Amino acid sequence: MKIAFTASGTSWDSMIDPRFGRTAYIFLFDEETGQTSAIDNSAVKNEAHGAGTATSEKFYELKPDVLITGNGPGETAAKALKHLNMKIFVNAHDLTLKQAYEKMKNGELQEI
Amino acid sequence: MTEKKPLKIAIASGKGGTGKTLLATNLAAWLAISESTLLVDLDVEEPNDFIFINGNTESITDQFKMIPGWDASKCSLCGNCSAVCKYHTVVKLGTMIAVFDELCHSCYACSELCPENALPMKPRKMGEISNITAGNLTFLESRLRVGEEQAVPLINKTHSLVKNEFMNFTVQIFDCPPGTTCPVIAATKHTDFVILVTEPTPFGLNDLKLAVETIQQLKKPMGVVINRFGMGDQGVEEFCVNAGIPVLARIPFSRKITGLYSSGTLVYDKIEGFDRAMKDIVQFIQKSISNA
Repeated sequence: MKIAFTASGTSWDSMIDPRFGRTAYIFLFDEETGQTSAIDNSAVKNEAHGAGTATSEKFYELKPDVLITGNGPGETAAKALKHLNMKIFVNAHDLTLKQAYEKMKNGELQEI
Repeated sequence: MTEKKPLKIAIASGKGGTGKTLLATNLAAWLAISESTLLVDLDVEEPNDFIFINGNTESITDQFKMIPGWDASKCSLCGNCSAVCKYHTVVKLGTMIAVFDELCHSCYACSELCPENALPMKPRKMGEISNITAGNLTFLESRLRVGEEQAVPLINKTHSLVKNEFMNFTVQIFDCPPGTTCPVIAATKHTDFVILVTEPTPFGLNDLKLAVETIQQLKKPMGVVINRFGMGDQGVEEFCVNAGIPVLARIPFSRKITGLYSSGTLVYDKIEGFDRAMKDIVQFIQKSISNA
C-alpha cells in the first residue's frame, strides 16, 4: 500500500501538517518497497485561491491508497477526491508521521 | 444642453454593523424629496435596504456569469486548462477534467487556450437585480444567489447596469459591503466620494483605519460619519483630526433611532436634527467635488 501524509517536513520525525490544501509537504511511504519521498507543496501554500483543488490534482498523479492528515479536506477538495478511491484518516495533528502511521496501523485513527 | 453626470456617493465602512444601511436609506429618501435619486444596494451578500424602502417592484432580472463546461468527447487530456487556471477551478483529476464552478473568475483562459475547444463557456446564474420604485426614489437591489462565493462579478455587473441604464439621476447612492476586501473595492471604485460610517469605539476605530487606508489607495475623496455618537470614546475623533479626514456628521446614540430602525422605519423625518446632518453631508460632498 502507498501511504500519503500531509507533512510539515520531509522526515518520519516531522509533524503532520493538519491542513490538506495548504500542506507544506506531501510525504509518501511505499509499504512494499519501504521507500519514502517528500513532495514540496509550497507553491500551492502561497496560492490565494483553489489550494484544495490544486492539491487534489497532485493526489490524482500520486495515486496513494491511504491519506493520513489532520483537519481533513475541505468541502471542495473532498468533492475533488471522491473518485480517487483513497482511504482518508483524519485527526492526526500533533503527531509525528511515524506516530501517525503506527496509530493508523493500530486502528486508532478516524477514517472519513 | 449638456447632460449632467450624476453625483455618485459610496457608503462604506470597515466594521460591519456601524450604520451603512441606516445612512444609505435615509440619505437616499431625504435626497429624493428634492432630487432625482437612485439608491443601489451593493451589499450583495446580505442586501437589506429593501426593509426600509417600500415600493413597487418593476422588474427582477437574473444575472449570469460565464463559466467553462467540459466536453469529454472533444478533450485530449493535455492538461493545458489546468496549467493556465490561476484559481485551480479547472483541474485534471486522473482521466477527467473537473470544473469547480464556484471558484471560477470567468477569465476565459482555459476555454480560449484549449486546443480542442473542449471547454466552451456557458452561463451560470449568480444572482438577481430588482428594480423598485418608491415615489421619487428609484432603488436597485443586487442580490447574490445563496451558495455563490464571489460577490465581485455581480457588483461589477450592477455598476455597468447603472452606467448603461440609470444615469438620468442627480444623485446615486451606493450602499457597499463592509470590510476592506475585493467587494468593497469593486463597489466603491466607480464613485466620486466615499462616506465611511463608523462608531466611536475601539472596534470602530480599528476597522476605520483599515478602511481609510483602502480608500486612500483608490485615491478617492472621503469623509467619516460617526454613528452612535455619544457612546464610546474620543479615539475616532482624534484619529480623524490627525489623519486630516473630515467628519461630515454625527448621528446620536439614541434609543428612538434604534427603535425605529428595528421596526424597519426610516428615521430622517422623525428624528430632530437628522435632516440637518443629511444637509451637511451633501453640502460637504458637493463642495469637495467641485473643488477637485
